[in-house]
Amino acid sequence: MATSSLANAQIESARIVAVNRRADLLMASIGILVLAIATLLLASVFVGLLASGWDRLINPDFYTHFPSRHPQQAGIISAIVGSSLVMLVTAVIAIPLGVAAGLYLEEYAPKNWLTDLIEINVSNLAGVPSIIYGLLALGLFVYAFSLGETILTAGLTLALLILPVIIVATREAVRSIPLELREAAYGLGADKWQVVRMYVLPAARPGIFTGVIVGLARAIGEAAPLITIGALTFIAFLPSPPVQATPPFVNFDWLTSPFTAMPIQLFNWVSRPQAEFHVNAAATGVVLMVMTLAMNALAIYVRLRLRRLHR
Amino acid sequence: MSSIPSSVVDADSECLIGGASEAFLRRRAFWNRVAAWLLFAAAAASVLVTIGIVYVLIRDSIPFFEQVPLSEFLTDTQWTPVFKNAHFGVMTLVSATLTVAGIALAVAIPAGLGLAIFLSEYANPKLREAVKPFLELLEGVPTVVYGFFALLFLTPMLQTVIPGLSGFNLLAPGLVMGIMILPYTASVSEDAMRSVPMGLREAGYALGFSRFRVAAQVVIPAALSGITAAFILGMSRAVGETMVVAIAAGQNPNFGFNPLEGAATITAYIVQMAMGDLPHGSIAYQSVFAAGLVLFLITLLFNLIGFYLRRRFREVY
Repeated sequence: MATSSLANAQIESARIVAVNRRADLLMASIGILVLAIATLLLASVFVGLLASGWDRLINPDFYTHFPSRHPQQAGIISAIVGSSLVMLVTAVIAIPLGVAAGLYLEEYAPKNWLTDLIEINVSNLAGVPSIIYGLLALGLFVYAFSLGETILTAGLTLALLILPVIIVATREAVRSIPLELREAAYGLGADKWQVVRMYVLPAARPGIFTGVIVGLARAIGEAAPLITIGALTFIAFLPSPPVQATPPFVNFDWLTSPFTAMPIQLFNWVSRPQAEFHVNAAATGVVLMVMTLAMNALAIYVRLRLRRLHR
Repeated sequence: MSSIPSSVVDADSECLIGGASEAFLRRRAFWNRVAAWLLFAAAAASVLVTIGIVYVLIRDSIPFFEQVPLSEFLTDTQWTPVFKNAHFGVMTLVSATLTVAGIALAVAIPAGLGLAIFLSEYANPKLREAVKPFLELLEGVPTVVYGFFALLFLTPMLQTVIPGLSGFNLLAPGLVMGIMILPYTASVSEDAMRSVPMGLREAGYALGFSRFRVAAQVVIPAALSGITAAFILGMSRAVGETMVVAIAAGQNPNFGFNPLEGAATITAYIVQMAMGDLPHGSIAYQSVFAAGLVLFLITLLFNLIGFYLRRRFREVY
């Protein structure tokens, strides 16, 4: 009697172990399956674009021609230049503003309702759909401030869009700096601004850099807000260059120039019924994907190296 | 002290052997104050962005609601702003928006939860460290590219399986969007699961639980508010996502929840109107802002619930 109940218990526990093992195996394979599908999707998106856009990608004219009614002659030069100039404006506005706001929240902000309000506001801004920033720009920059549908408006809009990314990255970078560094500087007689400027900011630079790159990679692929403010899709000229050979050597006329950008060009070509334009769209997609993936990879690399240094 | 020439103790010199001049200290205190104010101004400017958004959306929606009563806006099932007999039933756009977001969640919830459990409870740290950057790369793909993929690759592929599928439909963009929000939902729910204290898991193991049972009966219940937050925030992203639906879901405002047909979402409508020449001040122009206001309110609601839940799981542990 006793032996049989012992045997039963053994069988029962063996059954439980088997069931558990099966459940564990199932969970692990679900995880790996999801990863595999995601990898496959990323690969198939890239390979698909590469295969359909190959003819245009290997043609140097694609990179030096303006858009055209004839798909075989159309190129993305105005989109490349437009995207670069818009990114320049975005970076010049978003980096100082975002880093300053991040420094304030981490180093200066007292614990009060105003700080709470700013913090809630920043995390909410990160969740506002990008097209809403486009409507903000349309109502405020284009009409109320009369900036028009220009590179300046586009750069400003995307700067506001990536501001939360840079603020959050700055805060995380600053937070990871050991307190002892600050105390050592204070001990030498530095005041707050000297500590922040000479010690905190340089130490946080790699972390901030990561956030800036991720933010700019997001901005360069963003189409919705630019469409909303009225980016054009057919631009057969380049804005006047920002630098020139004659004094005063710099020139700000390009800021008020109409523009197109790579995601806008892609959207325009994919929306056309003719399949020939889809080839151009695919080629533009490859260029865009290579750029954003490279930027994100750079950011990840910097962060991994940083983590290894900290260890 | 004041006999030290100011060139020796320049404002930028890092050490001040023998003390600093009064002029230097005064200058330093001045810049200290200026810097504090400038940094505060930058942080406060971020609040101005929110105020600007709310101001613009409300200012340009008011003339719209003077012409279209709110009851009609919320109950009419037609959206034909540029027709002679114009109808403004925003639920038409909302129904398509929710259909796409629902499909996206139907993909992202099981996949994201499975991936999060795998990463937090099963994967060894090395694998986890390798997977997270990969998820970030996935998140970095421009949405126009996903739109292109949904329209020209996924839809034809699905059409061979589902013969009744239109060229523009809600299914393909919904599926693609599900993959798009997957990295975000997976990493937020994984954070929530990992913040569950080890002691709770160990208590489970001491009772003879398997890993699966610990995950299902200890970790998930303990991290539930964080996991819910992940999917609510993911839903908010799907609702606000623009280019995928603008490219692949079509621009016909249809009321209904049929994923096999194309229909304009709120975001696709805004893009469609912005592509044409909108006369500033016309009712069509104002309708864009009214639609934007609805979109903003929906995402704001989801975001606030999400932040509240996330904050709660952080406070408990």
